Amino acid sequence: MNNSYDIIIIGAGVTGAAIARELSRYECRVLVIEKDEDLCSGTSKANSGIVHAGYDAKPGTLKAKMNIRGNGMMPVLAQELDIPFKQIGSLVVCTDESMRSGIEELYQRGLTNGVPNMKILGREEVIQMEPNISENVVCALFAPNAGIICPFRLNIALAECANQNGVDFVFDSKVLSVEKKGDHFEVTAPDEVYRCSAVINCAGCHSDELHNMVSDRKLHITPRRGDYMLLDRSTKGFVNHVIFPQPTRLGKGILVTPTVHGNTLVGPTAIDTDNKDEAPVTADGLTQVSAGSARNVEGVPLRQVITGFSGLRAHEDSGEFILEEVSDCPGFFDCVGIESPGLTACPAIGEYMASQVSAKLSLTLKKEWNPICHDVKKPFEMSANERNALIKEHPEYGRIICRCETVTEGEIIDAVKRPLGARSLDGVKRRTRAGMGRCQGGFCSPRVMEIISRETGIPLDEVTKNGGNSKILTGRTKDEI
Amino acid sequence: MDTRELTCINCPMGCRITVTMDGGNIISIEGNTCKRGEVYARTEVTTPVRIVTTTIKVNGGVSDRVSCKTRESVPKEKIFLVMEAINKACCYAPVKIGDVLISDCAETGIPIVATKSLEKK
Amino acid sequence: MRSDIVIVGGGPAGLAAAIAAAKENSSLDILILERDSELGGILNQCIHNGFGLHTFNEELTGPEYAARFEEQLAGLNIRYMLNTMVLDVESSKVTAINSEEGVFEVECHAIVLCMGCRERPRGALNIPGLRPAGIFTAGTAQRLVNIEGYMPGREVVILGSGDIGLIMARRMTLEGAKVKAVCELMPYSGGLKRNIVQCLDDFNIPLLLSHTVIDIKGKERVTSVVIAEVDSSLKPIPGTEQEITCDTLLLSCGLIPENELSRAADVKINPATNGPVVNESFETSVPGIFSCGNVLHVHDLVDYVSEESSRAGRSAAKFVSYNGPEYSKPAILIKAGNGVRYTVPSNVRDINVEDDLIIRFRSGNVYKNAYVDVLFDGEVKMHRKKQIITPGEMEQVIIKRRDLDEVDSDITIRIMEG
Repeated sequence: MNNSYDIIIIGAGVTGAAIARELSRYECRVLVIEKDEDLCSGTSKANSGIVHAGYDAKPGTLKAKMNIRGNGMMPVLAQELDIPFKQIGSLVVCTDESMRSGIEELYQRGLTNGVPNMKILGREEVIQMEPNISENVVCALFAPNAGIICPFRLNIALAECANQNGVDFVFDSKVLSVEKKGDHFEVTAPDEVYRCSAVINCAGCHSDELHNMVSDRKLHITPRRGDYMLLDRSTKGFVNHVIFPQPTRLGKGILVTPTVHGNTLVGPTAIDTDNKDEAPVTADGLTQVSAGSARNVEGVPLRQVITGFSGLRAHEDSGEFILEEVSDCPGFFDCVGIESPGLTACPAIGEYMASQVSAKLSLTLKKEWNPICHDVKKPFEMSANERNALIKEHPEYGRIICRCETVTEGEIIDAVKRPLGARSLDGVKRRTRAGMGRCQGGFCSPRVMEIISRETGIPLDEVTKNGGNSKILTGRTKDEI
Repeated sequence: MDTRELTCINCPMGCRITVTMDGGNIISIEGNTCKRGEVYARTEVTTPVRIVTTTIKVNGGVSDRVSCKTRESVPKEKIFLVMEAINKACCYAPVKIGDVLISDCAETGIPIVATKSLEKK
Repeated sequence: MRSDIVIVGGGPAGLAAAIAAAKENSSLDILILERDSELGGILNQCIHNGFGLHTFNEELTGPEYAARFEEQLAGLNIRYMLNTMVLDVESSKVTAINSEEGVFEVECHAIVLCMGCRERPRGALNIPGLRPAGIFTAGTAQRLVNIEGYMPGREVVILGSGDIGLIMARRMTLEGAKVKAVCELMPYSGGLKRNIVQCLDDFNIPLLLSHTVIDIKGKERVTSVVIAEVDSSLKPIPGTEQEITCDTLLLSCGLIPENELSRAADVKINPATNGPVVNESFETSVPGIFSCGNVLHVHDLVDYVSEESSRAGRSAAKFVSYNGPEYSKPAILIKAGNGVRYTVPSNVRDINVEDDLIIRFRSGNVYKNAYVDVLFDGEVKMHRKKQIITPGEMEQVIIKRRDLDEVDSDITIRIMEG
């Protein structure tokens, strides 16, 4: 590929991918540059997977507008892109009579923002909907249009669709500098220098640094860490909706929610840190998660934990989404501060930024654009007849590799071989769920590694967990030491 | 006179054996519940031995490693010499359980035998 | 597809059960369904010795022990399918999948559940820290080293002094890695004493009792772990932290019987073992479904697995072979008394006991110079001194058939301090 583009998007998380997909409707050359080895490697892989209803954000803000619009777009998007998505509704729970006005406030805010069909439920109604709810429940704000989604497939599908429609992607390419040179930009990565007319900054926790390279009006991101505990799928049905506490200054609080794959998710904390590159799970974080979950739900089955994880949200000092062309650097567009409700908002942000950039560059729409992107074929989502017909033609779909999540070799091969395919264990995990089950890859990871090695030609002892130096093996037995 | 406390490794019972010695001579052995324990204790305080189990490289097999062992115990101090010799060696498929893969390993007089069968590729 | 008996899993339990069933009634058709590419189960990767002392009076390695059973299959009416994963179990039907048949069902008269167990992963232990490459459960590392022939790391810390952790300490050392320490949360080791000697002492690998890992560092690959001493409530003691440089953390922190299929079949599970509740015939709460081996309760000795599984297989064959009169008397309950965490079986129908009844159990704590008591209907019948009883070593009590006649309603196993 030659290094000259119309638009360069920095960051292949949900924001960058959503914008890429929208821009792929237009006649233009677009490149997405990602510093990590794969799509969905930053905040996009470590969040709550919630599609928020939209009552939480302050009215009139971009957060509010993008949340509402994104929530509205999600059902069609999920269909077009094969994204697991369920509109299960959410409950903001009040367990203290003196805090009831907070629920009323949220309700009013929701009305102002345009959230449909909300209701304030009384104690008995909440108990009926959620038998395990706290015995102190007073009332709750119910928003039926909140939902749960698979953030991995959302991110990956947006990118795959963009790529199918002509967008280029390059990985392991951290942007070292962006310089405005007259009418174009030079974007420097370790191996290449790229040239473009417009830059879109979707760099998550590092988006302030990129902005500050080109503007005198500085932005500042505080990475806000969120620890989570993921509970075994045997806990399915413990809660039926996304259960929120009443929000505080630090955010929406520690929630208890079903996931779209049948697990229960508890978290996140909101711990400000200054480390943008590491998101450890801390003992204190785990304590906060268990204590927080207990406030609203009785007897959360934390003993069924199968893993903990942690992610960093990009909180900008202003507390808002910054979605605009930089005034002292025309052609450079910011998507800075994309913390919650960033996941929900991403389709709307895509639409919003694409319209700004296409106007700026006077782009024309393509005559043909394909919005559809199919996920990896999953035999266990097919009918029995379809499944056996598939296995007859492709026997690798009859070989189970991940026992816990019932993932076949055929799916893993597809995940590796498709465009923008997986090249690491985590990449396979995000596309197929292999390794996400109760044994956390104990059984399947040697087998998944063999498949990655065989299908990509990467020697087995160079297969990584998630790129870079994260090799699983250090060599063969009987090597000379 | 001094005493040494040992745990017999012959079987999972792991009897605790007390060996009383005077200089290099064994005065008494107590705590074993079978004769093999006594033999173990006697050997362990004078010339400790171990069975070594590992894998060895294979050429032309469905896998390129096969599990193997020293057919009898070898002196404990020679364990790493035995490992080195096995690691340098290579055998050829097909392999049957019990096949001698190295006839005298690291000059211990003890052969290395396959503990698993492996077919040709 | 049809079979008289379907055996889920072709490891030591499944092999022993199949052989015993076939010998009990040679006209029965027996089918083993195995998910791996060979029979033998976990024994294939257990290349160390210590197997077979009770069964063959020889000390064999895992693969050799497995081979002794596999050899017997040829002359018997036992079929097996490899690379076949069982998806569902009902009382007379098993659903499975492989590349040749796709998803298929086998109708049968009896099922023996022999799925073995899995290891507790890092995430289930809530070990704080980053999530780099280089963290393995000991069994996964064992598979990589012994079957694939790859090293998972060069500088190793092991958490958990159960046998798998100890065996891997030796194995990694023999293959040139440096094992810096084995940490054990409890004040006693979970593994066999012989393994402490020949896996740790032999190589001067320190065993740090009452220690655990409280942090894992390294963004892409492990760079170090932080360990700390724990107090009597197993909480880290501030000020005792030590950082150990390493590139690998192996976890040997518990085995969990894989009973997803059992639960799907509505088999009642004993919360103390996480395995099915069974009677003297190793039959579960669902008639015709039997269970044995590590899926029933985690064993230390494969010899006990084989013995138990032979009984289960024989019972399954008897179940299929004839329909005797209904057993009307309530079963004798077997209770776990003081100091005993669980017993297998949980109940006995004495009419089905031929020569003797073996009750296997584990203690909940370490006892020195204690007594194992067997009580019949609350009265002490056996009182046996044991120098040492630990949770890491399964115990057994053998009750002769004629003695069982004396029991009315229950047998209790308990441990009393000396």
